[in-house]
Formats: sequence, structure tokens, C-alpha cells
Amino acid sequence: MNPQDFEKLAALLHGRSGLVLGSDKAYLAESRLGPVARQWQYVDVHALIRALARREGSGADARLLDDVVEAMTTNESFFFRDNKPFDQFREFVLPALMSARSTSRSIRIWSAACSSGQEPYSLAMILKEMGARLEGWNIEILGTDISRAILKRARDGIYSQLEVQRGLPIQLLAKYFDQRGDQWQVKEEIRHMVQFREHNLLGEPPAAGRFDVVFCRNVLIYFDQATKAQVLAKVAKAMAGDGYLTLGGAETVLGVSDHFRTIPEQRGLYGRADAPTTVAASGT
Amino acid sequence: MKRCLIVDDSKVVRTVARKIVEGLNFAIDEAVNGQEAIEACRISMPDVILLDWNMPVMSGIDFLRALRAMADGERPVVVFCTTENDMAHIQEALGAGANEYIMKPFDSEIVETKFAQTGLL
Ligand SMILES: C[S@@+](CC[C@H](N)C(=O)[O-])C[C@H]1O[C@@H](n2cnc3c(N)ncnc32)[C@H](O)[C@@H]1O
Repeated sequence: MNPQDFEKLAALLHGRSGLVLGSDKAYLAESRLGPVARQWQYVDVHALIRALARREGSGADARLLDDVVEAMTTNESFFFRDNKPFDQFREFVLPALMSARSTSRSIRIWSAACSSGQEPYSLAMILKEMGARLEGWNIEILGTDISRAILKRARDGIYSQLEVQRGLPIQLLAKYFDQRGDQWQVKEEIRHMVQFREHNLLGEPPAAGRFDVVFCRNVLIYFDQATKAQVLAKVAKAMAGDGYLTLGGAETVLGVSDHFRTIPEQRGLYGRADAPTTVAASGT
Repeated sequence: MKRCLIVDDSKVVRTVARKIVEGLNFAIDEAVNGQEAIEACRISMPDVILLDWNMPVMSGIDFLRALRAMADGERPVVVFCTTENDMAHIQEALGAGANEYIMKPFDSEIVETKFAQTGLL
């Protein structure tokens, strides 16, 4: 790929998704865009990028740019990825919200950049396992991603043997999956707990109202500082005053955004900076 | 140092598993079938058992039932590691007291997550 093509591609990708294409990624870009060029009937990747650049801003090729972005994203995900955030959700976040929301009995959860769905489904299984304790509660889980293709996979909820072995406890596989040949599908009772929707983190919130829990994991790492700050500001706005944000293991708000504060003794978990400092237990 | 008993009739699998589990800082014992594994557990109960299903002399599932009936036999974490990759086998294993279940082929990451999730690491 020639340097001009690469620069153009990097700019388009950054503008549309926030993703930063490192200069060592030219080879990767060439190999990932080959199939997209063929599918859109361009002779090669060079022709594809030229076409994109020519029609930039015209809106005519939004779908083409979407396909390019999709091809350049990293979609790797695991059930219960890193374990800890999910323990934290079960043992700290949920109890806190169940007491704070005991009147409305409603909790809204957003799994932002959810990729193929392992993250929102892990949360759904945790909630299902709570059983009677959540009876009568209205719990909403929204999974969003910029990639339409990955959301289709998420909705289908079908995973390979390798994927279900990376982090999913066997008891949960036995309880909440059906075997389909050599693949495994999340049961309807879990799938219907999660709604999936296309959404770009650079854009407006995916739904009206505030979320009590936001998982936004392993996506900020692909953005530059300015984009991270921009995305975190939007997430803060979409969050309830006493809501919780969970980031990925290599991500932090510190030095990036002052919309959040850390929560004592809860690593990787953040509350809104403007939230009341103590959770009022009394109803005064 | 925690101890892991690897039970598999294939020398290749035992060698691969040994490398992986040693990498997680466990001392390793090996057995080639369920009968040998019972004897090993009588001498000294390991912290975790990585267990094949199909083996001559005594199968993994028969071993597991015998183990859970032994004195102190409730203690070890038992992780099946087998080519039996269907729901019926998984349910049977869980019913007999298995803690985790790995479907072959497996790799070090899978073993590590399963060990972490059962509190071994
Ligand atoms: C590595 S996956 C993370 C999946 C999951 N959150 C986890 O931690 O396992 C990153 C996802 O971010 C999505 N993504 C990248 N840029 C995005 C954007 N601007 N808006 C929404 N999603 C985006 C990609 O499509 C990809 O599915």
C-alpha cells in the first residue's frame, strides 16, 4: 500500500470510528481490505481507497466506508473476560443498585462495543443466576457495536467450542446453552434478555434515558487521547448520577477524562465525578 | 506448591498437560487410568485432578465417583479433559461431582482460565 493511500485510509477510519491505524499496520490493512475491494468490485485496495476519497462526504458510499471500518476492527471477546469485573458486578454493583433502586425496581445496563455478544450475555447469565432476588425487577440490557456484521453474530448467539471454553464456567454452559453440532447457542431465555443495536461511540447515546451500568471494555485502547476523552464525556452523559462504569484491564479514566471518579477498593470501576460522594441509605 | 494429578492413557496428552500445568506452578503426578489414579489419591490427595474420560481398566467417570466417596475425596478440584464434547457427557460429569470440563483440543489459556475460575490460582 503506498503512503498516500495509507494516510487517506487512516484519516477516513479515524474520522468515522475513532480507530487509530498505526503506521505498522499497512500490511494488515492491505490483507483485510482485499476481500472488501473484491466484494465491491474494485480491482484492488488502491482503487477502493481512491473511490472512498473521491466520494468522501457525499454520503453515497457510507456503506462502503462501514465495510472498511468493519474490516479494520478487532472483535476478539470472551465470556466473563478477566473475571474480576463480572465478580464486581455481581458482588458490588448489583447490590448497590438494588438498594438504590428499590422503589423503581428498574436497572438499565449498556454493554458498549459489545462485539459478538459475550459481554452482555455474561451479564444476563449473572442476572439469571440471581433468581428470585430479582423477581419483579425490570432489567434492561443493551448491547451496541459499530459493526453490523458482528451484531448479527451477537444476536444469533452461536459460539465455537473454543469460544465457550474461554471463560465460561461449565455449569453455565450446561444450563444456558444448546448444542448445535460442534457449536453452542445461547438459549432463548438468555438471548431475549439482551437487545442489540448498531451504535457509534462517537455519536449520540444509543437510547433515551440514563444507564445505571455501563461496560465499555477493550475499545478505548484503540483510540487516541482526544477520542477517548470525547467518548468518555458522552458515556458520562448517558449515565445515571449514581451509575457505574467498568473499563477494560488496560484502560483508565485517569488523566483522560475528569467526568469520572474512582470508587474506593473497586479497581477498574468508576462513578460520575458529579455524583453524591456517599450513597444515602436513609430516605431523608 | 499445589499438586496436580494428570490422568490420561495417552503419553502425548500427559506430556502436553504437564508442560501447561507446570507453567502454572503446580507439582505434577501422573496416572494412566482411573485405577492408578485412585492409588495415587490414597497415598496423597492432590489439589486438582486433570481427568481423561476414556481409559482402559477404569474410566474417568468411574474414577470420579470412587474419588468422591473416598475420605477427603471431596477436596480436590476435578477438571475433565476429554474428547467427549457433548451435553450428555458434560451433564453426567457435573452430576458425578466434576468442577470443570475441558473439551479437547485444549490450550494453555483454557487450562489457565479454568484453574483461575475454580480458585486454584
Ligand atoms: C475488542 S472488541 C471488545 C469487546 C468486548 N467489549 C470485550 O471487552 O470483550 C472491540 C469492539 O469495539 C467496536 N468498535 C470500534 N470502534 C467503535 C466505535 N467507534 N463505536 C462503537 N464500537 C466500536 C469494534 O467493532 C469491536 O467489536
